[in-house]
Amino acid sequence: MNIQVIIPMVFFLAIIFFIGFWSSKKLESSSGGFLQEYFLGGRELGGFVLAMTMVATYGSASSFLGGPGTAYTMGFGWVLLAMTQVVTSYFVLLILGKKFAILARKYNAITLIDFLKVRYSNSKAVVLLAAASIIIFLFSAMTAQWVGGGRLIESLTGMKYTTALFIFAVSVLVYVVIGGFRAVAVTDAVQGGVMVIGTLVLLIAVIIAGGGVPNIMQDLLNENPNLVTPYGNEGNLSAAYVSSFWILVGVGVVGLPQMAVRAMSYKNTRSMHRALVIGTLVTGFIMLNMHLIGIFARPLMPGIEVADTVIPLVALKVLPAWLAGIVLAAPLAAIMSTVDSLLILVSSSIVKDVYINYINPNATEKRVKNLSFGVTTLLGTIVFLLALNPPELLIFLNLFAFGGLEAAFIWPIVLGLYWSYGNKYGAIASMITGIVSYIALHFYNQAYGNLFDMHTVVIPVVLSLIAYVSFSLLINKTKYIY
Amino acid sequence: MDPRFKIAHREALIGVALAIVHFIWWFGFAYGLGSKPVEEYSYILGFPDWFFYSCIVGFILVAITVIVLVKFVLKDVSLEEEGDE
Repeated sequence: MNIQVIIPMVFFLAIIFFIGFWSSKKLESSSGGFLQEYFLGGRELGGFVLAMTMVATYGSASSFLGGPGTAYTMGFGWVLLAMTQVVTSYFVLLILGKKFAILARKYNAITLIDFLKVRYSNSKAVVLLAAASIIIFLFSAMTAQWVGGGRLIESLTGMKYTTALFIFAVSVLVYVVIGGFRAVAVTDAVQGGVMVIGTLVLLIAVIIAGGGVPNIMQDLLNENPNLVTPYGNEGNLSAAYVSSFWILVGVGVVGLPQMAVRAMSYKNTRSMHRALVIGTLVTGFIMLNMHLIGIFARPLMPGIEVADTVIPLVALKVLPAWLAGIVLAAPLAAIMSTVDSLLILVSSSIVKDVYINYINPNATEKRVKNLSFGVTTLLGTIVFLLALNPPELLIFLNLFAFGGLEAAFIWPIVLGLYWSYGNKYGAIASMITGIVSYIALHFYNQAYGNLFDMHTVVIPVVLSLIAYVSFSLLINKTKYIY
Repeated sequence: MDPRFKIAHREALIGVALAIVHFIWWFGFAYGLGSKPVEEYSYILGFPDWFFYSCIVGFILVAITVIVLVKFVLKDVSLEEEGDE
């Protein structure tokens, strides 16, 4: 790999570090209390940063590598599926919306669990169950993303995996540990910008190289007409399966803690409104075009076997090396911006939700500060060590990280906000039902094929709704006054 | 009830309604036009018609709707406790 590809990446990392240091200065001079500043950026996010941090946290390796790689193989059916993600950008903010932000301030909530704790009458079971799910599942998800980050640097620079992973780990850790949530959000904004520019440049280059869209379409038709249908290259992508992604990557995203926490971090409703517009435009732009690039790459470079390598290979083929370096900073940015958010979230769960709630409620500010830096560093180090040689258990848990958390949290959050009869029994039942049924159905689907031809997430989300409503009504039915 | 919650509830319902309309548009064009035999597809700007309407036009319309909502429908409220601002 040549040096021209590496220079833009080094430049990119330098900017990211700079933001980390800038945020740590803000952290020192803040007046709103260390915890609120470190884990929530002082609730001061403006519209642009809010939108970008939501897009960037959500858009991960799969938006830039795995997804376009699958589109390369499956054709337009997979782009149709990817476009279900446009809904997340407005849905999360409109649904959690103003009520969540108002209540979070009223409850003085810094984490999602703080909110659940007050809403569900200080139930220890709710807090510990929620904290355990977040720590276990997101920890695994984080490790998987680190492996992705290491592999990407490895493939772009030709360094050994261990070295590549080390560079990735140190880069992320430095700015997250010293800068906290603000550094995460602001770097996400830069990373989001890189993602947009990378997408645009690569799209134009691929269309030109392919001789225009009609020409590319003709090539695809000549190769396999199924590629331009909504049904996948072998005609086995069913409407029910593709539609079920409206739950998994669309409306269900409301239940992901890393998204929910962002909905309490904005400064005022004007920021939220701006974020709605910017978020929708950016998500749609990236998802549509990255996946189209995946398809358009097919006539240019037939026969790529490993899906994740489609984007790097096509970028290097159609762009001059230095420009490819800029474009390929985009998937790196996507991975980093997901990992940093998960890191700060897991750290907040340990420090705020477990330690301060139950172990040492009277901890001094200084103690909390040292502990926050310490836990974040320690977590990063453990993740690094695990990513060197990921254990089976982590790979296994990561399978449930996304859908499992959605099934666990969606109703305790959404109905907790809008249904005054929801209570802690409903929340506990809903979380347990969601996770257990998700894992069980996962095994069933693996053995016998997808039940009702839908993605695993759909049925557990329905079951956890039933559990939430019936347990809330059956046990100790009370009306909650907001 | 806090009057701000009335606004919040209305806007959450708008979110649900938009998602439902979005889904119908997306699904209707994708599988309405896309289920024809490939030979009968027409192409717009090079894209198969089902994809053009479902994903490209669909995305643009959703973006316009969100802009209109933000400009004319969603209301600014204070997020702090009453009396603070």
